[in-house]
Amino acid sequence: MSALTDLSLADMKAGLDARQFSAVELAQAHLDAMAANRHLNAFIVETPELALAHAKAVDDGKRGGPLAGIPLGIKDLFATDGVQTTAGSKILEGFVPRYESSVSANLLRDGAVFLGKLNMDEFAMGSSNETSAFGRVISPWKAKGSDAELVPGGSSGGSAAAVSARLCAGATGTDTGGSIRQPAAFVGIAGIKPTYGRASRWGTIAFASSLDQAGPMARTVTDCALMLTSMCGFDAKDSTSLDIAVPDYAAGLTGSMKGKRVGIPAEYRLDGMDPEIAALWDQGIAWLKAEGAEIVSVSLPHTKYALPTYYIVAPAEASSNLARYDGVRYGNRVTPAGGNVHDMYAATRAAGFGKEVKRRIMIGTYVLSAGFYDAYYTQAQKVRALIARDFEAAFEKCDVLLTPTAPSPAFAFGAKADPLAMYLNDVFTVPASLAGLPAMSVPAGLSASGLPLGLQIIGRPLDEMGVLDAGLAIERAAGFSARP
Amino acid sequence: MSVDSQTVRKIARLARIAVTDDEVPGLVEQLNGILGWVEQLGEVDTKGVEPMASVMPGNMRWREDVVTDGGIQDKVLANAPDAASGFFAVPKVIE
Repeated sequence: MSALTDLSLADMKAGLDARQFSAVELAQAHLDAMAANRHLNAFIVETPELALAHAKAVDDGKRGGPLAGIPLGIKDLFATDGVQTTAGSKILEGFVPRYESSVSANLLRDGAVFLGKLNMDEFAMGSSNETSAFGRVISPWKAKGSDAELVPGGSSGGSAAAVSARLCAGATGTDTGGSIRQPAAFVGIAGIKPTYGRASRWGTIAFASSLDQAGPMARTVTDCALMLTSMCGFDAKDSTSLDIAVPDYAAGLTGSMKGKRVGIPAEYRLDGMDPEIAALWDQGIAWLKAEGAEIVSVSLPHTKYALPTYYIVAPAEASSNLARYDGVRYGNRVTPAGGNVHDMYAATRAAGFGKEVKRRIMIGTYVLSAGFYDAYYTQAQKVRALIARDFEAAFEKCDVLLTPTAPSPAFAFGAKADPLAMYLNDVFTVPASLAGLPAMSVPAGLSASGLPLGLQIIGRPLDEMGVLDAGLAIERAAGFSARP
Repeated sequence: MSVDSQTVRKIARLARIAVTDDEVPGLVEQLNGILGWVEQLGEVDTKGVEPMASVMPGNMRWREDVVTDGGIQDKVLANAPDAASGFFAVPKVIE
C-alpha cells in the first residue's frame, strides 16, 4: 500500500471504514508530513494534540459522521474555538476565538480531524500569499530545470500548498474573487466555490461580505464533493444563508456530459493570451465534446469591466468590515505615549495592518466617501448587475461555462510587485464571484515548464452538481497524475 | 478624478490609519494608479439599471425578537487588549 498521505480523501474514508488503518495512524502520518515540510510555511498553527485527540475519539467510536477521521487543514480565516485565528494579520496575532465558525463546526460535526490553521494572504487580500504577516507560503512545485521558489497562489495559498504536498486530505478555503480557484490551479488540485449563500459566513472573518464564500480544496473532484456537502447548509446566524436543502454531492456525482451544453465565452479569449493556456482550454473543449457535450459559443459582454468593478466593491466592503479592528475588543493595541483614544485607533491600525490591506481600506474609504459614492460604488453595483445579467443570458443557451482558471501558471515571488499586475491575475475568476455563481477549478495539464494548469467550470446558481459533474468529466479525461 | 497628498491624508484620517510623511507620496501614486484604472467603469451605459443589492434574490428573513444568547461576559472579554472590572478599557476619552 502506498503512503497513507497519498490516498484520496475518499480512499481514506474507505480505508478507515474497512479498518485497514486507524484514524490515529492517519492523523499521525499527516502530522509527520507536516513536520517534514515546515519550509513550505503552509501552517500558521499546528494542532497535533487536538488532531490526535479527535482521531482517537473516532477510533474509540465516540465521534462519527461522513468525514469521521479525515484529516483536514483549516484556513486561518475560520474562527476555531480555542485555537489562534489571525486571518494572516498581525493585528489578530494571539486572538483565540471562544466560538467555532459554522463551516468548521459542520466539519467537526461530521467527524473531521483538524490538523491546524493554514497560512493565507492577510485578510484574504492577495493572489500569491505574499501579504501574510506570518511569512509567505512556498509552493511545493518547481518549474523544470529551475530551483526558483514559486507562489502557491492566493489567498488560500496555505490550503493549496498543504493539500498539494499531501500534508492534509483536504482543506477549507474561501473565495472572494478567486481565492479558492486560482491557488488550486497553481498547485494542481481541485477546489470549488459554491453559490453565494450555500456556506454560512458566520465565524468566517469578513473581507467583502457580498462576495465571500467558503469552499473545499482537495486533490480530486469527488473529495471536493464530499467536503462540500458537509460544509454547506442553512445557518440562521448568517442573514444571507440560503434555506435550501444541500444535496449529497458525492452520491449524485456521475461525470456524465451527455446532453449537456457547455458554453465558451468569447470575451475570455483575451488578446495576447498565453498560447499554452489557450491550447489547454481548446483541449478541455475537445474532452467535453468527446464525452457527449454540445459546445456552444456564448457572449459575456461586460467581462472586461469585472475586475474594475471588483476593485471598487471589494475594497468598499473591506473598509467597512475591517473598521472593527480598533484595538478595543480583540487583537493588538498600540497606544502612543500620551495619546487619546483616536491616536490609539490610528496607531493600532497603522501597526497591525500590512501594506495591501491598508491600500484596500483606503481605496474603499475613498470610494464610499461623500461626493464620490455614486460615481464609484453605485456605478460599480450597476455594472455588477449587468455582469450578472450577462451570465443569466448565457445560461439560457448552456448549462455550464468552461474557461481557463488563471491567465498563467504559478509565478515567482516578487514577479507582480505592482498591485494592478497582481489584480489582473484574477481576470477569469472574478466575474463568477460578482454574480455569486458556483465555480470550480480542476487540474487539467502541465505547462511546458512542468507547472500545473487548471480549467474553470462556472454553473448556474445552486447547480454545484452540474459544476462537479463537468469537473469530474475533465478530471477523468485529463488523467492529471503529476505531483510536486 | 485623482487624489493629492492632502486627500490621501484625509482618507487615512477617515480610515483611522496613521500615515507618516514618508508614506504619503507612495500612497498618492498607488491610489491614483488604482483609481485611474477603475474609472473605466464610467464608460459603461448604466441608464435604467438598478444597482445590485444581492446576488441571490430573496427577502430578508425575520426571526422572533427574543434574546438568543448572553451570559458569556468572560468569553467576550477574553481577547480584550485591556479589560477592567468586566469592561473593555480604553485611554481616557473625556478630559
